[in-house]
Amino acid sequence: MAVIYKRPHALQDVPTHYCPGCTHGIIHRLVAECLDELGVEGKTVGVAPVGCAVMAYDYFGCDVIEAPHGRAPAVATGIKRALPQNVVFTYQGDGDLAAIGTAETVHAATRGENITIIFVNNAIYGMTGGQMAPTSLPGQVTQTTPYGRDVHTAGYPVRVCEMLSTLDGVAYAERVSVDCVKNVNRAKKAIKKAFETQIAGKGFTIVEVISACPTNWGLSPNEALDWLRENMIPYYPLGVYKDKTAEEVAGNA
Amino acid sequence: MAQKVLMKGNEALAEAAIQAGCRHFFGYPITPQTEVAAYMSKRMPKIGGTYLQAESELAAINMVQGAAAAGVRAMTSSSSPGISLKSEGISYMCGSDLPALIINVQRGGPGLGGIQPSQSDYWQATKAPGHGDLHVLVFAPNSVQEMVDLVSRAFDKADEYRMPAMILADGMLGQMMEPVELEISDEPKPLPKKPWAVCGHNNERKHNVINSLYLQAQDLEELVVARFERYKLIEEKEPMVEEYLVDDAEYIVVAYGASARIAKAAVRQAREEGLKVGLIRPITLWPFPKKALQKAAAHTKAFLCVEMSMGQMVDDVRLAVECKVPVSFFGRTGGIIPTPAEVIEEIHKLTGGNQ
Repeated sequence: MAVIYKRPHALQDVPTHYCPGCTHGIIHRLVAECLDELGVEGKTVGVAPVGCAVMAYDYFGCDVIEAPHGRAPAVATGIKRALPQNVVFTYQGDGDLAAIGTAETVHAATRGENITIIFVNNAIYGMTGGQMAPTSLPGQVTQTTPYGRDVHTAGYPVRVCEMLSTLDGVAYAERVSVDCVKNVNRAKKAIKKAFETQIAGKGFTIVEVISACPTNWGLSPNEALDWLRENMIPYYPLGVYKDKTAEEVAGNA
Repeated sequence: MAQKVLMKGNEALAEAAIQAGCRHFFGYPITPQTEVAAYMSKRMPKIGGTYLQAESELAAINMVQGAAAAGVRAMTSSSSPGISLKSEGISYMCGSDLPALIINVQRGGPGLGGIQPSQSDYWQATKAPGHGDLHVLVFAPNSVQEMVDLVSRAFDKADEYRMPAMILADGMLGQMMEPVELEISDEPKPLPKKPWAVCGHNNERKHNVINSLYLQAQDLEELVVARFERYKLIEEKEPMVEEYLVDDAEYIVVAYGASARIAKAAVRQAREEGLKVGLIRPITLWPFPKKALQKAAAHTKAFLCVEMSMGQMVDDVRLAVECKVPVSFFGRTGGIIPTPAEVIEEIHKLTGGNQ
């Protein structure tokens, strides 16, 4: 009997702690599939965040370090400078990357640090139980915005790919979603391209993945995907925001 | 071959780190330690090393954490306000058993404080360099030569015990020039193997994980207790101290770092006056050289602790002698350096005046 679907080697054979309907599992799998297909698990070092994915060190088969909240890009910088031939990636949520770790993110990007960031944006703090994130939408109800996010007092969401795409050090920035099969396939292509771009030594790469958090959004898994499509994707348009590899191809032509 | 060169304290710290095999420096400018970074930015590119000016102290210490986790000798340097920012990374490195070197060229505090020399970070360095049950190794040089010697020892001990080490210097030591004997070579030194490092498993071993999160209280307690067993061993084996004219001393001055140089001048003068005064100079502040103080307490009428602070190490002196002998304190703070004359005056107060 032919095996047509199996656990990627770069994913450990352990149950995860993620909630039903959470899309972290899909994103973990996509990262692991890419490490397998590129044959780089053995030379990869992952950096886990603080947040829902804090225990990613138990799930990925490559070497992993768990960073302080928001500091994953700085930790990854230290690893990459020590091991320039290795593949280094961080896996971070929106609070980690776009609030407490904004400085580390922006400066790793502008240095053109040759690392890959997998940025999971679900517009909420999941692990602490559903507080406002830097990417929570205007009007979005959370535990700490019980009347909806009021932009006059809580400010506006951060659009990370748009912001980072203005920096010269960024080689590749794409926003994807994992709400449907088509988008999952696109997300995988983006993640693979990000790793390939890093391996080619072209600089900083980031893939922002629009993700669902049914538990803290207070929705069923299916409703959460609908909410994502109706609310998040219009605010966070999918697509490629920066692609130096494409620019180079165009430049050569 | 070792050569004798005239060097500024901060530059000597940097070169000594290179000679100790450090090829990864992550820093951020702050007076009075900036020459460490400036020196590294000049040297590292020429020897295939990394000099990186981080966006903050916080980022710098976390870069050190990443590089240390990858298995190399990594360091950062800063001064007092910057060390407060680094406390997050220091705690995580203690919790993850990562060796690295942190230099604090102290200035006056609290807050932005001043830029003149100070020793007011003693409590921070020895009691709470970060949150949680933890210690870092703390070395306190009192000369440019000792800075060189202790940098190499600090890296070795950090690797041996898998924990961060700190050089607690001050603006006076950092800024002054002295002749030092130092081997200056561009060849990398062979370093100990680190089988725990996250450097890619090459499909040859199980994946390594470096982590400080333990959600099961029992697991965390077990780990912390095991770490404290290691700390106990360090407290037995690693204290370093200089004893000067202590054997027959009736009064002993206790001072470290720059203030120990001043205290030593005062002790010499007191001896010329016929007073039986000695000096105990802790070289490691953690582990604190308790035994040397306990031994001296048996024949000493009183201790005088001299610091460039409002009195921080004096707590440890009192704890070490278990209050069996009176311990008095003299200090200047805010960037003021005490003079030998001021210290002599304090000695006279103890001994009952110039005989």
